Amino acid sequence: MTTKEALFKYILRIGDTNLILGQRLSEWTGHGPFLEEDLALTNITLDITGAAKSLLEYAALVEGNGRTEDDLAFLRNDRQFFNVQITELPNGDYARTIARQVLVDCFDFYFYQELSKSKDETLAGIAQKSLKEVTYHLRHTSAWLERFGDGTEESHNKVQLALNELWQYTNELFEMNEVDEILIKEGIAVDLNVVKTKWEKHISDLVEKSTLIIPQNVFMQTGSRKGIHTEHLAFILAEMQALPRMYPDAKW
Amino acid sequence: MKSSQDIFELFSEIPDPEIPVISIVELGVIRFIEVLDEISIQIIITPTYSGCPAMKQIEDDVRKKLIEHGFSVIDIKTIFSPPWTTDWITQETKEKLRKYGIAPPEETTQDKSWLLGIEKKITCPRCKSLNTKLISQFGSTACKALHQCQACLEPFDYFKCI
Repeated sequence: MTTKEALFKYILRIGDTNLILGQRLSEWTGHGPFLEEDLALTNITLDITGAAKSLLEYAALVEGNGRTEDDLAFLRNDRQFFNVQITELPNGDYARTIARQVLVDCFDFYFYQELSKSKDETLAGIAQKSLKEVTYHLRHTSAWLERFGDGTEESHNKVQLALNELWQYTNELFEMNEVDEILIKEGIAVDLNVVKTKWEKHISDLVEKSTLIIPQNVFMQTGSRKGIHTEHLAFILAEMQALPRMYPDAKW
Repeated sequence: MKSSQDIFELFSEIPDPEIPVISIVELGVIRFIEVLDEISIQIIITPTYSGCPAMKQIEDDVRKKLIEHGFSVIDIKTIFSPPWTTDWITQETKEKLRKYGIAPPEETTQDKSWLLGIEKKITCPRCKSLNTKLISQFGSTACKALHQCQACLEPFDYFKCI
């Protein structure tokens, strides 16, 4: 694999994770638990989808064969997507949506801190931008996790159940392969072991503060780095891609 | 040939699509202007937020203004670094925001005290009371948070500090 091929795959991985999470979260728009929270989650969704646009735009530039960010988003099949599986899972109830968001926001918070130092100027720039936004997201979703965990018996049970079910998808965030190996040597990619240590400490403190428990001895899911997904991804793509696939010449 | 300063002045006439009392220059999204010749120009802009829907509008407005002034080869690029910050908003612009009913950013991004859970008191743009509370970190647009004044009971937007 050349450095260019590795870089393309690396940007796709980050871009797809943002795109699919943004698409998933957008299902809450207009359905939030109350107006202010609906606006909050929609704002978070907008930031995430905006980051996806910048990343896929850059991926298309790096690939350099004339594809655009829209081609990458709308004309690839499920096996060609590299988003982590946790992002494609159904939203479930609000506790579940928040639990996932905390886990991903916290990853992004430390990941973007490291990526801000990348020798690739475009990636570093996007990371610096997103870091500012994710800082707000993490503050917001952490406050909700605490409120659910330390709230009523029902909210506590719901958010604990969500953590129990989501935990098996967390290891994928930190998986590294040949792509990472090539790009870490070039000073472009982030060593995810560094992110993992910080993430574990942060999540462990937050979960404890929220009177919740981190599930132990969980089987960890894997596959997204190779384009292997849960059954949910193809359904999101079917909805997201329907219009551009049916009307390939449609203009915004 | 026009100077880049002339172009900055032209852009000062373009209002922000979401907060029309300030211009896109005051907002700080125009980072760099290079006039290449009578008809060619290069503009570099930076987004306030990654997903800010106003960016497309701003780009269209910039293009329209340049065409009106005789430019036909217009290159508009977006950069992310250094990331946009509310620190670039001047005192004068902050005063315009306040008069419009939006509480301007009161902190600077150098101030990290909020990390320790210390919330800055935001002044109500209407009655100037400091007795206000945060309703939501997120408001009507990506760049604002929602607060409420406990003295006059009015809800108001606060321009988030990033």
